[in-house]
Amino acid sequence: MFSGEQIAELLEDLGVSHVVTVPDSTIGPWQGAIEQRGRTRVVRVCREGEAWQVAAGLHLGGKTPLVMIQCTGLFESGDALRVALHDWKLPLFSIIGYRSYLNQDTLPGDTCLVFTEPVLDAWRIDYRLITTPSQLGEIGEHFVACRAAGKPGAVLIGEGKA
Amino acid sequence: MSAPRMSAKEALVAVHAARGERDVVVTTMSPARDWMTLRQHPLDVVLVPSAMGHATSIGLGIALAQPERRVIVCNGDGSMLMNLGSLVSIAAAGAANLVVLVFDNGVYEVTGAQPIPSPGAIDFVAIARGSGFASVFEHSEIDRWREDVQRILSAPGPTMALLHVEPVTGIPGPRSPGPAADRGRRFTAAIQQQG
Ligand SMILES: Cc1ncc(C[n+]2csc(CCOP(=O)(O)OP(=O)(O)O)c2C)c(N)n1
Repeated sequence: MFSGEQIAELLEDLGVSHVVTVPDSTIGPWQGAIEQRGRTRVVRVCREGEAWQVAAGLHLGGKTPLVMIQCTGLFESGDALRVALHDWKLPLFSIIGYRSYLNQDTLPGDTCLVFTEPVLDAWRIDYRLITTPSQLGEIGEHFVACRAAGKPGAVLIGEGKA
Repeated sequence: MSAPRMSAKEALVAVHAARGERDVVVTTMSPARDWMTLRQHPLDVVLVPSAMGHATSIGLGIALAQPERRVIVCNGDGSMLMNLGSLVSIAAAGAANLVVLVFDNGVYEVTGAQPIPSPGAIDFVAIARGSGFASVFEHSEIDRWREDVQRILSAPGPTMALLHVEPVTGIPGPRSPGPAADRGRRFTAAIQQQG
């Protein structure tokens, strides 16, 4: 839906210092452009649970991190997310790939569609659903609004591939 | 399990004495409980409340945010097992200013000293080396640890030191030292104030 260059430029405009990430086939290809642009550092972790805590440490250390993961990784993140967002009340923002949302050819009946939004609601994360290229600006708007409110937020990026 | 073990509290006291004014110290589990009995510092991050496995990752984030400072993470062995991949992430990120101290007591002490999986048989030293840590140490005698701790903290990082310590039973786990969000804000302010 978006090119790596579009995302890299957006992150730079928003002042994101670090993207802490585990890839999928939609968000993964953005890494190259983000690194090439050079203003936002890509931090690769082994599990999404790590990503929230690394982002927590970056935030405590005075930086502006963003967590970029697939919704499968959101499920994996559970307790790390709870501690960072709700115990330590850190206003971390995330970009979450919404697997199979636009197309279920690869994974018919993908249960990501059943659980992703209820899980975000359960974790009390204010999210916006992004399903068309025309919504690029909404990502930044939501980031800025959450930042101003000092609260966590997310954008769910509809994906057509696994 | 026949290796000699030192007192965890004494090992921690040596870290406390060696820590520099600009160093960040992250503690969790029984090391957090013992650390809170010592003089506190604005750059302490007592990870209570937390859950297992988070300390090394938080430490990595702080180390990347503050590359000019040393970050020392005092972790439990059970918590280390829960997030072994974080050692790979730390090395991959090139966090040369990060020191991970693993307090290997062979048990989940805080929950009543149930054994961790394969106590005594896990080669944390090999795991750290194999993950790409630049400096890896192992200690089980308090006098040697006291002698070496300063040098170890200053070794080229990322650094891991495996500390064989005695489990302690009958002491409750760490109690939260106050609302985490406030402590987090104070920590960030202290870092910014120090510059
Ligand atoms: C994810 C998670 N699972 C289980 C627990 C329950 N629990 C609290 S402390 C603890 C033991 C921690 O062991 P270790 O990291 O070795 O530290 P020690 O208590 O030995 O200092 C356990 C299992 C927890 N806090 N978090």
